[in-house]
Amino acid sequence: MSLSDTLLHCMTEFTPFNALIGGLLIGSSATLLLWLNGRIAGVTGMITGLLVKPAPEQAWRLLFLLGLVAGTAAYSLWGAATPLRQGFPVWLLVVAGLLTGYGTAQANGCTSGHGVCGLARLSLRSLVATGTFLGVAVLTTFVVRHLAGLAP
Amino acid sequence: MSKTTLRNLAALGSGVVFGLGLSLAQMTNPDKVLNFLDISGRWDPSLLLVLGGAVVLSALAFRLVFKRGAPLWDSLFHMPLPKAIDRPLIVGSALFGIGWGLSGYCPGPAIASLGFGNPEALWVVPSIIAGAALQRWTHFRQTADID
Repeated sequence: MSLSDTLLHCMTEFTPFNALIGGLLIGSSATLLLWLNGRIAGVTGMITGLLVKPAPEQAWRLLFLLGLVAGTAAYSLWGAATPLRQGFPVWLLVVAGLLTGYGTAQANGCTSGHGVCGLARLSLRSLVATGTFLGVAVLTTFVVRHLAGLAP
Repeated sequence: MSKTTLRNLAALGSGVVFGLGLSLAQMTNPDKVLNFLDISGRWDPSLLLVLGGAVVLSALAFRLVFKRGAPLWDSLFHMPLPKAIDRPLIVGSALFGIGWGLSGYCPGPAIASLGFGNPEALWVVPSIIAGAALQRWTHFRQTADID
């Protein structure tokens, strides 16, 4: 299978209701963590914290990530199934993952830390970060799907 | 229960709610994310409502929380250090944007996808951790950025 075949994307419907409720749940999660623990619900901070912090400061970070996995597992058991993408090249997943991990560690945040919590705190740094990664991601998707002729 | 135990439970519970939100919004489906980023294709604006809903609710709720002066189970808010808008912020965010636009996974949904045994997550998650570890190993000084 060629790259152009594997990158052909599946259409998805606009799901405003589920999107909004999902967003409100994510906002509630961020609010809970700040209200109870005084912490920012940023997944990048959890990952880098687990890499560099001493053991006593790792537990809550690990538990948040375990909760994230458990919540998703619970939804897959009792909610709707998430469709699995087929045939996406593994090397592209690895390259994308490395760029994502390196970049988010360098910028100290990703979609959750900068995008949700940072914007909610009216942080200018987070606004710049969010504008940058959103803009570059839109551009990257455009190049892959349209300029490179990989999509219809 | 000790404050530490309560904080650990709060982190776990907060993670569960985060995972439910991502799942309900289908942000664990990389095609849905890429169809949002692909504004010149058949655009799926769902992600905008996810982010919008999360940011607006948090912005309102954070104001109330900060008015308390301190979190319920800790003595202070652990906020990121106020820093300038510098080169690492821009370069890092741009690198992340490339990775996100290529795969459709940002770190949260990637890790969440382990929860329903998505085989792609088995490649993406270790790669994200390796990338983050590489960045930390090459920039020891930035360790101080995390509280």
